[in-house]
Amino acid sequence: MTNLEPGDKAIPFELPGVDDRSHTLTDYADREALAVVFTCNHCPYARAWEDRLVQTQADYADRSVQLVAISSNDAERYPDDGFPKMKERAQEKGFNFPYLYDESQEIARAYGAERTPEIFLFDKGGTLRYHGAVDDSYEDPASVKNAYFRDALDAVLAGQEPSTSETAPVGCTIKWR
Amino acid sequence: MRVSFLYFEDCPSHELALARLHEVMAGEGLSDDVEVIEVETEERAQELRFVGSPTIRIDGQDIDPPTGSHYALACRAYQLEDGRISPLPSPGMIRHALNSAAENRTG
Repeated sequence: MTNLEPGDKAIPFELPGVDDRSHTLTDYADREALAVVFTCNHCPYARAWEDRLVQTQADYADRSVQLVAISSNDAERYPDDGFPKMKERAQEKGFNFPYLYDESQEIARAYGAERTPEIFLFDKGGTLRYHGAVDDSYEDPASVKNAYFRDALDAVLAGQEPSTSETAPVGCTIKWR
Repeated sequence: MRVSFLYFEDCPSHELALARLHEVMAGEGLSDDVEVIEVETEERAQELRFVGSPTIRIDGQDIDPPTGSHYALACRAYQLEDGRISPLPSPGMIRHALNSAAENRTG
């Protein structure tokens, strides 16, 4: 069960990225919208949706939207989710957003994230405006009927409440230690 | 033909995958007999050589033979015919595997 409800404030983080830099929540405080996306390398749901996340970042970059992906999985049991593999994945897929490693799993626990992928979308004031899935079809982008995340982004950028502020995230469970 | 369906409850698409398997089997005029196995522990995943959910085996042969041997309670990624990654196999992949198994039996 997530620890954040729409209307709650973003929880600070400081995590290493695949670019070997440290990233904090405040680095993105000036953005009109910030999407914290819990994801990982190995999960097929995360992989099915990752091109759509890359495209979303590209489409909204000039509107001051920032995606930040965080992987929190136990890399001992799931070696594909280790930091070196995250670097490879980001390179291979051309991630145009930071990909951060939450090795201690503290940030995932603080947010109450449960699945990969799982989106927490905040407005410029750091208030949660949308939480949940990317859209309603992991299997086929052409079958999407409800683009929850993009719709929420449009609403946030227009200074409005998203018509859907919460959906059930669909994906693999986060692999806890 | 012995058809096995192995799944891990945490992976949300297993019901859809099983329904798809039944649908393809019906379309191929095959009996609806599927052995459904829930994999509940890491030990069982090792024992069953379970690389992820869902896994479909026909006469013991994986419909999409895995390249690695990392057995775990995980969700499985399938590469579809058009290159996209999906958490479940396409009807075409299942159909192809069923037809190959049938050919092996008659051949």
